[in-house]
Amino acid sequence: MAVPTTAWPETSNAASCTVLTPPEHTLEIVSDSGEGAQKCGQIFGAVSAKMGNGVWTVEIIPAEIQPPPRTPEGASGNRIRVGSRAITNWGDAVDLVVAFNEQVLLSRHRLGALAPNAIVLVESLWASHPNPEIQAAWTKAMAELSTTGYRIIQVPMEEQCLTIDDNPRKGKNMFALGLLAWIYNRDLTRIEEQIAYAFRKKSEDVYQRNVGLLRLGCSWAEANLDFRIDVAPAASDRALVVMNGNEALALGALASGMELCAMYPITPATSVSHFLADVFEKFGGVLHQAEDEIAAAGVAIGASYAGKVAFTVTSGPGLALKTEFIGLAIMTETPLVVIDVQRGGPSTGLPTKVEQSDLLAALFAQPGDAPRIVIAPATIEDCFHSVITARRLAEAFRTVVIVLSDANLATGVQPFPRPQLRAEWQGAEPDLTPVAPGTRPYAWDARLGTSKRIIPGQPGGMFTVTGLSHDENSKVAYGSGVHQRATAMRSRKLAVLQQMLTPPEVNGRADGELLIVGWGSTKGAIEEAVERARAAGLSVSSLHLSFLSPLEPGLAEIFRRFRKVMTVEINYSDDPADPFITPENRRRGQLAWILRAETLVDVDCWTRVPGEPLRPGVILDVIRRTLAPREQEAAS
Amino acid sequence: MSEFSCSVLGCVTPSVGDERDYELGDYEGPVARWCPGCGDHSVLTAVERLLVAEQLKPEQTVFVSGIGCSSRFPHYLKTYGFHGIHGRALPVATGIKLHRPDLTVFVVMGDGDCCSIGAAHWVHAIRYNTQMVAMLLDNSIYGLTKKQTSPTTPQGFKTNTQPTGSFLPPLNPLSTMLGTTNVSFVAQTAEWIPAHLYATLRAAYQHRGLAFVRILQRCPMYTQSIYERAVKDPSLVELLVHDDGVVVPELDAIYRGRLAHNPSDLNAARALADDGERIRLGVFFRDEARPRYDEIRRAHKVSTTERIALLDQELDKYAV
Repeated sequence: MAVPTTAWPETSNAASCTVLTPPEHTLEIVSDSGEGAQKCGQIFGAVSAKMGNGVWTVEIIPAEIQPPPRTPEGASGNRIRVGSRAITNWGDAVDLVVAFNEQVLLSRHRLGALAPNAIVLVESLWASHPNPEIQAAWTKAMAELSTTGYRIIQVPMEEQCLTIDDNPRKGKNMFALGLLAWIYNRDLTRIEEQIAYAFRKKSEDVYQRNVGLLRLGCSWAEANLDFRIDVAPAASDRALVVMNGNEALALGALASGMELCAMYPITPATSVSHFLADVFEKFGGVLHQAEDEIAAAGVAIGASYAGKVAFTVTSGPGLALKTEFIGLAIMTETPLVVIDVQRGGPSTGLPTKVEQSDLLAALFAQPGDAPRIVIAPATIEDCFHSVITARRLAEAFRTVVIVLSDANLATGVQPFPRPQLRAEWQGAEPDLTPVAPGTRPYAWDARLGTSKRIIPGQPGGMFTVTGLSHDENSKVAYGSGVHQRATAMRSRKLAVLQQMLTPPEVNGRADGELLIVGWGSTKGAIEEAVERARAAGLSVSSLHLSFLSPLEPGLAEIFRRFRKVMTVEINYSDDPADPFITPENRRRGQLAWILRAETLVDVDCWTRVPGEPLRPGVILDVIRRTLAPREQEAAS
Repeated sequence: MSEFSCSVLGCVTPSVGDERDYELGDYEGPVARWCPGCGDHSVLTAVERLLVAEQLKPEQTVFVSGIGCSSRFPHYLKTYGFHGIHGRALPVATGIKLHRPDLTVFVVMGDGDCCSIGAAHWVHAIRYNTQMVAMLLDNSIYGLTKKQTSPTTPQGFKTNTQPTGSFLPPLNPLSTMLGTTNVSFVAQTAEWIPAHLYATLRAAYQHRGLAFVRILQRCPMYTQSIYERAVKDPSLVELLVHDDGVVVPELDAIYRGRLAHNPSDLNAARALADDGERIRLGVFFRDEARPRYDEIRRAHKVSTTERIALLDQELDKYAV
């Protein structure tokens, strides 16, 4: 489809229009499910990134596909934080919100999502709706909202849309996009390109109708609003790409050279497979949707056993189901990459919401001693590279590598430097050369625990892998000496890898009062909080771990340079002030648990399971409270 | 076939041309440690005969099994083997075949393995119809764990978990498979009739698609009695005969109960499978025209350089 180009409207009501120039701005667009707020937000985020802004987006997703309309719990949409510098997290509060009805607006208000002086653009249709109940609901909501400091602007969205389209429910999101495009001075040509891409499978008509609504929103805003917001682009001379974490995982898988992904649908991991379903065949790959999570692991293991490393992608409940197969891969030393896009748990938990509570399951869920490698991307860019790293480690160490992403990264959109693709990321083709007589399938290097893999097709290498205890020839052997040695060999590989890693870098001073330790998607929020705290004169640094098994080296030494070490995580820990909780029985955050065991340092934790990403302002408060007694002490 | 696939896969070196004839000794592994009198021995012998007859390269052949007595099978051969976990041999075999279509894959399962803990995979494997031979070594009991009721244990048969007798009628694996969409080959044979066993496995091997063979077996420890009458009295056995099925002339004199059955007739096959009056051996159904998942999903080879170029194009879509 030819993409029409449209010049930005030259004229503006400049006389009455204030242009605000904040260094960053956070906006949300919320609607009932199915009204397209998410698409609007995604396009706005992508275009902002393409225009050079730092961007982070978060999806606001109800658990149901079509929850009842006009209910607070049905709110669906997107938060976009744009800045003049790199943006690494979703921020604290929303500065501007576009709401398709007052109920979804109320939901965001009640959740404390909006800044005290937020600008609110709300559909005015409901004020004069023929249904008296709806009118009453509107009046009641407006009364509640009037007690706030919001600047509320009523926008006749549907009335406007009806002037050019007979089904405004389907096009209101493009009208809203037009509003935002005018307010934030977004490049209409780029927006139209994005619309063309989003509707590439639809007719030209659909495209034209959407562009018409976009322009209508733009003109309405120009004629009726008295402010614009200009967030200058971030300075960057590097080529950037912008995508969400699941797209980055899928692209990373392509870059890693893996040729088979077996999966079973599960939120929030599934979109990785949607991406692969579109392109994997072109890359010589197979996306296999298995009959269940267990079979998905089995198919990936079968493929890995017979050639190139394969992978499976899942979320918590799926990881639980794959447990036995993961143990088999570890026992048979069959390389396997398992991507776990974490959500809230346990059980079905919070399917669409972020949590970091699969860490201990990823590390330990298994009968017997089953060491495996666990890594966690902290950014969208990490999502891309973590899969490449995982493939290489799985191959080099003949073991399972679990990649712990999460729902925040999965749907978060962020620009990052365009990867310079390298051939060696893809690994070698299967080696089908004959095996020298006498070669053992587990010829463990006695120091390293590593051994070279023999795969079917290699003449002279025939052997049977087994999940039973086995010796170097893969012969079933129950002798105590054999089991002790084989278990040691599988374990040794982790020690070897740990010694190959470099100690992690401390963000901030290398010593001080407080060290915050995190892992995974919380990096941006933690580092922003720590920077703000340091700017306020507090003695705090942070450390972010990419390797969870084995842990990066030198942690105990780093920890000793701080008076207090505390993890910040999105998982559960007991509040020390709660009834019955003592230092002895307190259940701690999952990383804290590991760090205490591994370093013998009295690592504290602050963790929450709110079903949303952590806010930097909240972490800053935690830092202040944690350091407060010491500040008072110093003052006295 | 293997050369073609190797070029498809871009293997480093195709297997060197070992063109000599393979003999029994090229396939025979260590002495099998099943109980004396176990039906698994007969199956292993028949499989070894098949490997020799078809001259399958040991390095191009993979036996995949689950857990149970019969799943020790791969250990007793000198081919490649994958002895996995209980009930999950079929997914592993599917993964092997999807990624390495050049390999010949056999799957060995027991009745608990296939029809109970692995039932989900079983039904879906039938529908995938991936090119491989699947053998169900059905002795109607959990033997390795010592006499628990399996899905195919006869009703009333006493076990350690159902000491007053198995509560329910047994699951009929043939009916299950013949009722599953996209089934392409279902046969039944018996461990005590080696000639029929061998002929059936050979027909299964030559089938294009998933060839599923249920092998009726006795466990000498726990279920010796269940086929005792049929072993002693060939008239209790009816052979399904057809040019497209299994023809074993040497059995003519002993097994006189014969029924002409055209394996392309699915309804007739279902009726014969459902009727529990007689022990019927032979090919119940075969249809090579059914879609094969491994064929539909066959990947083409993409070089490292091509992949980088393609990936650059994908990244262009996300370029700022």
